[in-house]
Amino acid sequence: MSEAVLDTHSVEPNTGVSNAKLGMWLFLASEVMFFTGLIGAYIVLRLGADAWPDPNEILATGILATNTFILIVSSVTMVMALHAVQHNDRGKLILFLVLTALFGLTFLCIKAYDYNHMWHEGTTLSSSLFGSCYYTLTGFHGLHVLAGVISIACLAIGAARGSWNSEQYDAIENIGLYWHFVDLVWIILFAILCLI
Amino acid sequence: MSATTDTHHELGFVRKYIFSVDHKVIAKQYLFLGIAFLLLAGAFALLIRWQLAYPFQKLPVLFADSDHIMPPESYNMLFTMHGALMVFFAITPIVIGAFGNFVIPLQIGAGDMAFPKLNMLSFWTMFVGGVIMIASFFVPGGAASAGWTGYAPLSSNALMTIGWGQTMWILGIAMAGTSSLMGSINYIATTLNMRCPGMTLMRMPLTTWGLFFTSVLNLLWIPVVAAALFLLLLDRVGGTTFFLAGPLASSEGGQPLLYQHLFWGFGHPEVYILIFPVWGLVGDLLSVFARKPAFGYKATVYSMAAITVVSQIVWGHHMFTSGMNPIVGHTFVILTVSVSVPTAIFFLNWLCTIWHGSLRLDTPMLFALGIVFVFGIGGLTGLFNALQAVDLYIHDTYFVVAHFHYTLAASVLFGALAGIYYWFPSMFGRQMNNGLGKWHFWLTFISLNAVFIAMFALGIAGHPRRVATGMEYQLFKSLAGWNKFAAHSTMMLGAVQLLFVWNFFHSLVRGKRAEMNPWKASSLEWTVSWPQPHGNFETVPEVHRGPHDFSSPEYKDRDWMMQSEEVPPVAT
Repeated sequence: MSEAVLDTHSVEPNTGVSNAKLGMWLFLASEVMFFTGLIGAYIVLRLGADAWPDPNEILATGILATNTFILIVSSVTMVMALHAVQHNDRGKLILFLVLTALFGLTFLCIKAYDYNHMWHEGTTLSSSLFGSCYYTLTGFHGLHVLAGVISIACLAIGAARGSWNSEQYDAIENIGLYWHFVDLVWIILFAILCLI
Repeated sequence: MSATTDTHHELGFVRKYIFSVDHKVIAKQYLFLGIAFLLLAGAFALLIRWQLAYPFQKLPVLFADSDHIMPPESYNMLFTMHGALMVFFAITPIVIGAFGNFVIPLQIGAGDMAFPKLNMLSFWTMFVGGVIMIASFFVPGGAASAGWTGYAPLSSNALMTIGWGQTMWILGIAMAGTSSLMGSINYIATTLNMRCPGMTLMRMPLTTWGLFFTSVLNLLWIPVVAAALFLLLLDRVGGTTFFLAGPLASSEGGQPLLYQHLFWGFGHPEVYILIFPVWGLVGDLLSVFARKPAFGYKATVYSMAAITVVSQIVWGHHMFTSGMNPIVGHTFVILTVSVSVPTAIFFLNWLCTIWHGSLRLDTPMLFALGIVFVFGIGGLTGLFNALQAVDLYIHDTYFVVAHFHYTLAASVLFGALAGIYYWFPSMFGRQMNNGLGKWHFWLTFISLNAVFIAMFALGIAGHPRRVATGMEYQLFKSLAGWNKFAAHSTMMLGAVQLLFVWNFFHSLVRGKRAEMNPWKASSLEWTVSWPQPHGNFETVPEVHRGPHDFSSPEYKDRDWMMQSEEVPPVAT
């Protein structure tokens, strides 16, 4: 078209927060509303139901508590990965990213075992309102974990190929924000679905 | 810089016009998509009005399977898809997709959107959604038929809405929503982060402000309707009973009303999502064409902000007849009516902007003034709907249909047309025919008011919406004349739009070459000549004044000053 092309992306952001990080926060705001919709629906359905089963009788609460612990630990390793990249420690960066992804994967495997177990015990997606809510809410959360595991695996591959240093680590920080959000959602879901 | 320039020169046709990341190209893609769906969904309106005026009489060509007579099921599909396509695939792409993409970066002095690739993905997501919606007419059972709101349990039970149509409707709307969500992240990040030096928030043109508030509501409420749609989808295909109760539910029942709450939780902000860009546009246009600074600019911005907040907690006024506790209902009444305070503030600002102005009645201005009129009617009739006692009578009658068509069909359609006439020179480098535009405005204005005033009359008489014919009830037989009047007016309205279509496409190739700032406006999009390069501005612009600097007595040789001009010309 015309000769001059202006790269306004180089202009200092007005808010002082980079576009990518601002975008991630906005995305997380919409995610909060998505889970608010789902959790709100769950609350209305549960309060409106004639009877609600005791979750401890259906769910393997011990296994799920372990799973919660694993996810919290994965948040810690994610922070350590960020710390490593800020100090230009590539070895530790790769290590902690891989660990985070593996913890996420472990969470999903335990989740799959839990689903399989429950399904065979007779609690399916359509067997009861409890089952519908449980599979739907934890299922959407599981998809978010899966997306996180894939993203973090990509970060690990990038780190192994030499991307990111103490000057440039936006992606690690932003995916980290997402990962902590996913962790937080699980803690809420665990509390309202499995404990009370 | 030269490296970037070279790659831009080498872009092939596909990268430049189809999978483009340039916000201006994406804006035009949205514009063409929106116009196509506007015409399609408009044609549905013609069929709907035909059926109501001449129930079960033969139509040419269509409905060959049923002896050219429209079956009631098809009528249900038509009004469902008319609403869904108009809201999500005609209005949204034009006023938010096209105007938002085209205008925001240019008005705030940015080179592009914050996330150009996300922008491209947003358009193509909507495109696929549109394909799904159109394809749903050709699947077994036909298109969705549970109304544009898709109320459960009608929409959630595969026995009540048979076939794939309703399921495809869910997917199509979810795609459109995802597209809007991506757009809103982009718009907010761009507006907050990429303003050029000097462009403070309070120097942004009102259109950009309107689009910003639209994006805030989209960001927060699209996810909620997405959650509702996913639950609905599971009810249809997964055997769950979230929104089913009583004998419809296979196991224990869920809550059908829950769907309405989730839907209107989004659905009411949605009406502001659609109209904010138009409000902003009207504020800018009235100022430009009255040659006066927008009256009460800050008050207009603050009142739009107030409406953004309050609009999120008024959804219950759509559900007064759902058996809602009257105390809860009254809370919603008070909250809803309180919206009229900020609305009245910016409405007064509009009137004060044109008061004693030197009006230039070009086509965009005619449409802007038209919006002031039709939105006035739409807003005032909204008060009747907002009152619980009145709503119990007019709920689900044509009164409601007329009201929301005055705000959405009339105001937003006029806004879309005003914006197209206004930015056409900047988008395509040519002028649309002004004389033809004025004919288009006056004929549209007359026929559109005729259609919807007839609907008010029908509604006050109690004629229900969403029935294939009211003429089977003794009660409504006397209304046949109004239905015929509405149908003939609709046909005129449809025919008049051909003027616009011809003007648009003829001007696209044959229109008069536009000068750089044909409307003598002062905002930044008029400082770059067509075709704007990828990157928009040759140097980062610097802004020194607000968006409406008109008719200052200090300026001698002209009556406006661009936002990027530093010093006023020396008085001679």
